[in-house]
Amino acid sequence: MSVDVLDFQFLQSFLRQRCAIVLGDDKHYLVEARLSPIARDLGLDTAGEVVRTLRARKDVGLEDRVVEAMTTNETSWFRDLQPFEAIRAEVIPEILDRNRPARHLAVWSAAASTGQELYSLALMLDQHFPELAGWRVELVGTDLNSAVLEKARAGRFSGLEINRGLPAALIARYFTREGAHFVVSPEIRSRVRFEKMNLAGPWVGLPKFDLVLLRNVLIYFDAEDKRRILEKALAQLNPGGYLLLGAAESPYGLLRGVTSVSILGTTFYRTEVA
Amino acid sequence: MHALVVDDSRSMRSILGRILKSIGVEVDEAADGADALAQVDAGMVPDVALVDWHMPAMNGVELVAELRQRPELEHMSIMMVTTEGEPEQIGVALEAGANEYLIKPFTADAVVQKLTLLGKWPLGHDTTDQPKAGAQ
Repeated sequence: MSVDVLDFQFLQSFLRQRCAIVLGDDKHYLVEARLSPIARDLGLDTAGEVVRTLRARKDVGLEDRVVEAMTTNETSWFRDLQPFEAIRAEVIPEILDRNRPARHLAVWSAAASTGQELYSLALMLDQHFPELAGWRVELVGTDLNSAVLEKARAGRFSGLEINRGLPAALIARYFTREGAHFVVSPEIRSRVRFEKMNLAGPWVGLPKFDLVLLRNVLIYFDAEDKRRILEKALAQLNPGGYLLLGAAESPYGLLRGVTSVSILGTTFYRTEVA
Repeated sequence: MHALVVDDSRSMRSILGRILKSIGVEVDEAADGADALAQVDAGMVPDVALVDWHMPAMNGVELVAELRQRPELEHMSIMMVTTEGEPEQIGVALEAGANEYLIKPFTADAVVQKLTLLGKWPLGHDTTDQPKAGAQ
C-alpha cells in the first residue's frame, strides 16, 4: 500500500470537508484503486503520491479529480430489478392516476452516476406508459461528479456496461452502435437532464418530485448528514410521492414522521400525513 | 438450475462454466450446434442455453431457431453470448427465439444479472459491488 496512515487520515478529512463523505478506515484498497489512474496521468508513481501532492499544495483541479475518483460508483441498469417492477406495476400507475389533471410527472435520480438508473426509468416509461406522450415529464439526475455526469448526458455506454442488467429487447429498440459504444436514442436522451449537485450542500432549483430515488448513496455520509438529506428528500416530494432508498438502507432511527409502504417486496417511504 | 453452454471455443465454455458453477448451476457443454441438438434430442431439458453466434456448420441463430422447434424445450430460456453487438443483430437473435443477449467480453456479474432478467436466478442477489471475476 502506498497510502500511509497520515495520507489516509488526510484524505478522510478532506473528503469529509469537501463533500461530507465518510471514508471508512477499511477503505485503503479503494483509495489505491481509485487514485492510481490519477497517479499514472500525472506521472506520479503511486496513489500515495497523489495524496501527498494534495497535502502539499492547494490545487483545485487535483482536488476535483480526487473527489470525483473517490465518489464514482459502478452502476447497472434496472439495478436490483425488483424496485423497478414495483415502480412499473404500481407506483407509476398510481402517480398517473393522481397527476392526470395536471399531466405532469417528475422523477429524480439523486445519485445518478453515469445515468443508468435514470435511463432505465426513461426506457420503462417509454415502453410501458404511452399515455405520457402528452405529458410534461421531468426526469432529473444529479451527481457530485462532473465526469460521470458528462458521460450520463452523452448516453454512451461500453459493451461491459450494456451487459449489466439491460434487457436485450431494450438494446435492440433504443440503442445504436458507435464503434465500441452503445448510444441511447436521441429521443430518450432528450427526455432526461443531468445536473451537478452535492447532496450535502444546498439544493437549488429542484422541482417537487413524485418519485425520488436515493439509492446506495447515504452510506457515504455520517448520521447527521444522512438525517438532513433524508429530511430534505422527503420535503422534496409532492403530496403522495415516494422515496426509494437502497435495499439495505432505512430512515428509521434517523428521522421521525416517516411512513413506509411495501410494494411487491420493495419498501418506499413517504411523509406521514398528520 | 441446469445450463447448457454451446460454444466452439473450449476456453469460453470453460469461463462460462466456471461462472455458472460458482453460483451453483449445473453445467453441460456442447462444442457446436449438432452436439447441442444431439444432447437435447437424447432427453436433456436445460433451464437455460447459452449459445455462441459464430460456430462451424450451424450458427447460433440457426441453432436457436432449431431449439425453438422443440415443444419439450418450451420453458428453456436461451441467451446468446457473442461478440456480435449490433443492436440489429440482437433483434435478429430475439426474432429467432433468443430471450437474452450477452456481449463478449463480459463480467461474471453480468452473467448473473442476465439470468436474473430471465427469471432463472433469484432476485436480490446484487452482485454489482463484487470483484469482477469474469471473462474479459
